[in-house]
Amino acid sequence: METRELTCIGCPMGCLLTVTLGNGEVTEVKGNTCAKGDIYARKEVVNPTRIVTSTVKIEGGDKERVSVKTANDIPKNKIFEVMKDIDAACVKAPVHIGDVLVKDVAGCGVDVIATRNVEAV
Amino acid sequence: MKTYDIVIVGGGPAGLAAAVAAKEAGNDSILILERDHELGGILNQCIHNGFGLHTFKEELTGPEYAYRFIKQVLDLGIEYKLNTMVMDIAADKTVTAMNREDGMFQIPAKAVILAMGCRERPRGALNIPGYRPAGIFSAGTAQRLVNIEGYMPGREVVILGSGDIGLIMARRMTLEGAKVKVVAELLPYSGGLKRNIVQCLDDYGIPLKLSHTVVDIEGKEHVTAVTIAEVGPDRKPIPGTEERYTCDTLLLSCGLIPENELSRSAGVTMNPVTSGPIVNESLETNIPGVFACGNVLHVHDLVDYVSEEAKRAGQNAVKYIADGCKDEKGSDVIELFATEGARYTVPSTINKSRMDDLLTVRFRVGDVYKNSFVSVYFDDERVMHNEKRILAPGEMEQIILQKKKLDEYPNLKKITVKIEKE
Repeated sequence: METRELTCIGCPMGCLLTVTLGNGEVTEVKGNTCAKGDIYARKEVVNPTRIVTSTVKIEGGDKERVSVKTANDIPKNKIFEVMKDIDAACVKAPVHIGDVLVKDVAGCGVDVIATRNVEAV
Repeated sequence: MKTYDIVIVGGGPAGLAAAVAAKEAGNDSILILERDHELGGILNQCIHNGFGLHTFKEELTGPEYAYRFIKQVLDLGIEYKLNTMVMDIAADKTVTAMNREDGMFQIPAKAVILAMGCRERPRGALNIPGYRPAGIFSAGTAQRLVNIEGYMPGREVVILGSGDIGLIMARRMTLEGAKVKVVAELLPYSGGLKRNIVQCLDDYGIPLKLSHTVVDIEGKEHVTAVTIAEVGPDRKPIPGTEERYTCDTLLLSCGLIPENELSRSAGVTMNPVTSGPIVNESLETNIPGVFACGNVLHVHDLVDYVSEEAKRAGQNAVKYIADGCKDEKGSDVIELFATEGARYTVPSTINKSRMDDLLTVRFRVGDVYKNSFVSVYFDDERVMHNEKRILAPGEMEQIILQKKKLDEYPNLKKITVKIEKE
């Protein structure tokens, strides 16, 4: 048996949640005051994921950097590996919203896509 | 110089949404004046996601949200001028502006929409002792440097203030390789969203010290260390609680102030609580035909609400012109009051004859309230009593007034919003 403490992000209440795990599965969620907390705790403990946003260096464009995001959420423990790939990338203008700039980032099976337009100059 | 019916000051989220709404309401003579070299305002540097859940039912990043509106402005052929600074708005709605191409020019507008946004509270307004070395930035300045210019302001960071921009920058600097040592917050609670506290601080093990403030900054040329201390209920530092952090950067995220220099010099009456104009149900200021929306009116926490508010300002400006630019404030004005926990309301007055069927009234509370009620009184009678599990200063609240309900009270003079325990 293992217990973990989380702060619920569902609303400004920020309930302090205590999650009990047995054999890698959630056996109990305590401290939540609504159903949102239960759902959040179960996902956050077993499979926490995040969208990562950053910028990528761009050459020949009307801007120095192009803002990007992971097209879907990626496992939380891969955030820094994803950042390493994003920081290593360098693209050429033009780039438009939704263009794939890094494929299968950090082996997560998720692409990094542009979130703004950078035109060639 | 070409003349325009509607001049919109500012091409950020408020100005863009106001322009689109005005055009769609049937006015073809609209000009947006923007001082930056591109449209979109502050959203362009807010590269994180979480924008647009209300407006588009999906989570967008700031630049994506801005582009949804920029594209509409372009598709609708709405005119705009970039790199253009508005110097003055006269009480007769003559707008004086300048840029490198046109020089100085004046536009006699029929209606003006104020959409200038807000600015961060600077160090000078915070009374922080210590030296004045390089390495002290507002969180938004650091955000622009990192996200737009591609520069890192520093490697070892202390952040004062736990507003959302400070929290977002704690994560951003960490992702780019900096070490964020601590976030200090003067108040006993954070003004930031819970989601940001968890995903920007907890995720990276960054400590948040509530009831703490900066008491010393060291470094002659550049910041070398910052000392923080706990504060008592009087918000004064408690001797003996000092902690020193070596660092090269101090970020300040200590609140936003609507940018109303132009409004003031135009003669717009201001609300000392919001630092924004006092407006009526049409988002019109005391000067007929001058409207305000977005963060210049009151600081919002969600851009979705800015867009919605700005849309109404745009529509009302068109209506004002279509109705012959008359001062229709009239005499049957109902005043709105915020008291007992509620700090202000937007709007401040309602002219029932100009009110839509439904009117959204937005307000903020002054403290954290749990298991309380948002109550609305029509004169002395309580007409709304909505239970809320939590009310927090960082979250804008709203009530919706129905015109038909107001019609049941023909002699109504005063609507009061307050927070009640029961």
